[in-house]
Amino acid sequence: MAKNKAKHWYDYLWIWSIIYFALGFFNILFAWLGLIDFIVPLIFAIAGGNKNFCNRYCGRGQLFWVLGRNLKLSRKKQAPGWISSKWFRYGFLTFFMTMFGSMIFQTYLVFAGTSSLRKAIKLFWTFKVPWKWAYNGSIFPDFVAQFGFGFYSLMLTSTLIGLIVMALYKERTWCTFCPMGTMTQGICKLKAGNELEKKGDHHDN
Amino acid sequence: MRKAVNDKDRCVACGVCSNQCPRGAISIFKGCFAVVDEVVCVGCGICEKACPAGSIKVNDRRNA
Ligand code: SF4
Ligand code: SF4
Ligand code: SF4
Repeated sequence: MAKNKAKHWYDYLWIWSIIYFALGFFNILFAWLGLIDFIVPLIFAIAGGNKNFCNRYCGRGQLFWVLGRNLKLSRKKQAPGWISSKWFRYGFLTFFMTMFGSMIFQTYLVFAGTSSLRKAIKLFWTFKVPWKWAYNGSIFPDFVAQFGFGFYSLMLTSTLIGLIVMALYKERTWCTFCPMGTMTQGICKLKAGNELEKKGDHHDN
Repeated sequence: MRKAVNDKDRCVACGVCSNQCPRGAISIFKGCFAVVDEVVCVGCGICEKACPAGSIKVNDRRNA
């Protein structure tokens, strides 16, 4: 945030993203809270036709800024153009949603009793990391925990990718291909429709 | 006069530029792209340094 601007409560939401990962480390059921980061941006986009979530309330985006800019952990170099190109953004969104779907299917298999609960985190959709301390049974059926492990894996993986590109390139490079960012901008563009053309023509871009 | 100009096709509407602009010259138009108020912009380049998509750039208006 610019130094001469008054701080708002929402400027501290980056703390939430750290708390989220800490909670899920101790109890995987907390991973469900991450759904907030999926639903709220969509509500903003669908109901409000804006990206206020990205622009103001996203803890993850802020975390990259705090670490990259304030703690100087970013090289602040422009990322190669293809990273923020449309084909890569929509390609990554498609890949992400496919992986999300497969995670839901995994949850369904546990629900249906075909698979048993696996207490592990999968990083980068590839590497299995044992995470058994985070769950010792609860009043909920096993599929609830399975979703937790799956969702936490997605959240952790995307944050790790975000941290890597933060270090290599600009602070918030992740935000140029973040699936939620791409999806909400897409929804906003559909909603704005014709107005977009007009607005664009006013400015000599 | 130096002014920030945004490439609306590259812009991802992340809002980093508008959060950083010391003049409050940038708004995100309906979640689609950043729009610079050229009357308010002083061409400091803070937005350009912050933009992760490389879409907003400070140009010399005399050449435009
Ligand atoms: S693009 Fe993604 S990480 Fe960045 S602010 Fe938006 S939702 Fe958050
Ligand atoms: S050049 Fe400076 S004043 Fe102009 S829009 Fe960018 S940050 Fe704001
Ligand atoms: S920082 Fe760049 S990509 Fe983000 S809204 Fe501003 S101009 Fe668009």
